[in-house]
Amino acid sequence: MPPPLCSRVLLSHPFSPMSLMALREQLNMLVNSMYIEGLLDQQFQQLQMLQDASSPGFVAEVITLFCEDAERILTELTKLVDQAVVEFQKVDAYVHQLKGSSSSVGAQNVKLACIQFRQFCEENNKDGCLNALNVVKHHYYLLRNKFDTMLQLEQRIQAYDSKQQN
Amino acid sequence: MAVDAEAQFHVLAVDDSLLDRKLIERLLKTSSFQVTTVDSGSKALEVLGLKEDQTSTPALSPEHNEIEVNLVITDYCMPGMTGYDLLKKIKESSSLKDIPVVIMSSENVPSRINRCLEEGAEEFFLKPVQLSDMRRLRPHILKGKHKEQQLHQEENSNTNHIIISSSNNNNMSNKRKAMDEEVLSERTRLRFSSSSLNVI
Repeated sequence: MPPPLCSRVLLSHPFSPMSLMALREQLNMLVNSMYIEGLLDQQFQQLQMLQDASSPGFVAEVITLFCEDAERILTELTKLVDQAVVEFQKVDAYVHQLKGSSSSVGAQNVKLACIQFRQFCEENNKDGCLNALNVVKHHYYLLRNKFDTMLQLEQRIQAYDSKQQN
Repeated sequence: MAVDAEAQFHVLAVDDSLLDRKLIERLLKTSSFQVTTVDSGSKALEVLGLKEDQTSTPALSPEHNEIEVNLVITDYCMPGMTGYDLLKKIKESSSLKDIPVVIMSSENVPSRINRCLEEGAEEFFLKPVQLSDMRRLRPHILKGKHKEQQLHQEENSNTNHIIISSSNNNNMSNKRKAMDEEVLSERTRLRFSSSSLNVI
């Protein structure tokens, strides 16, 4: 009996050990789990819809921009919230920015954590802000981890496609 | 060269967030608009050919140093010149006041929305802006372009178009997720058609 189709492809392919189909499946499963766990919301689907042949790296570009932005903001927030006297308006301005970009990219948990954070800013609650910042960081780094895996899979898929064409 | 029957309109998008600029650019390009993005209100005015302290463009022909912009879409919250400030400058300029302006904001603040609509904004989009929102842009561009034609038509036909254009003051028709403007004008037209039939 000949081996099933998928493993035949796996065995015969000269390039990466995983078939294109398997890579795509892994990526889909990862993204779906992120939706289910609340890391991503509908907005991310919008981004996926906007990616096409004319703009194949769109999602990757947006994710990268988001992560750069987020990390810059988290660094500033850490400094600001650490001060003896916290400048709540400045803190709020940064959290507002992060809320905006997380909303734009579909980073649901991060966005929700930012909304909570802003509450504490409004109340001029330093302890609340310290805590809220940790919650935001927690959600951000969880997301960042999964985004990294997502981008790696995307890259492998794209490379696979271009090798196929050559 | 292929002849494209549908004109490609040029949208100027203003947002201080790089991420949001990327997003709006992609949304607009996907919807067949030509796009220019800038990161501030003052840069937007430069593109439009207006210096911050001017109220009208210098006496140079449009081909000289500015490109034709058919619509401006701007974020509300920006450092320095806000979207509202930019809107005001455009509406106060004799040469730019007819360019439709759409405001975007991540916050749903009714007083903010009303302020913008009263200042002459065509519409207010809640962020994150969706692909479906792009469909609402073309009518605003076409409305301005066909103003001259409509003026002549209005004199002959019933008052349909006058009612529709004054609906800019009606907040309901301009808020996102409210009735689609085209649907609203359709219904208005029908309403007035039947009432004029009754009069006859």
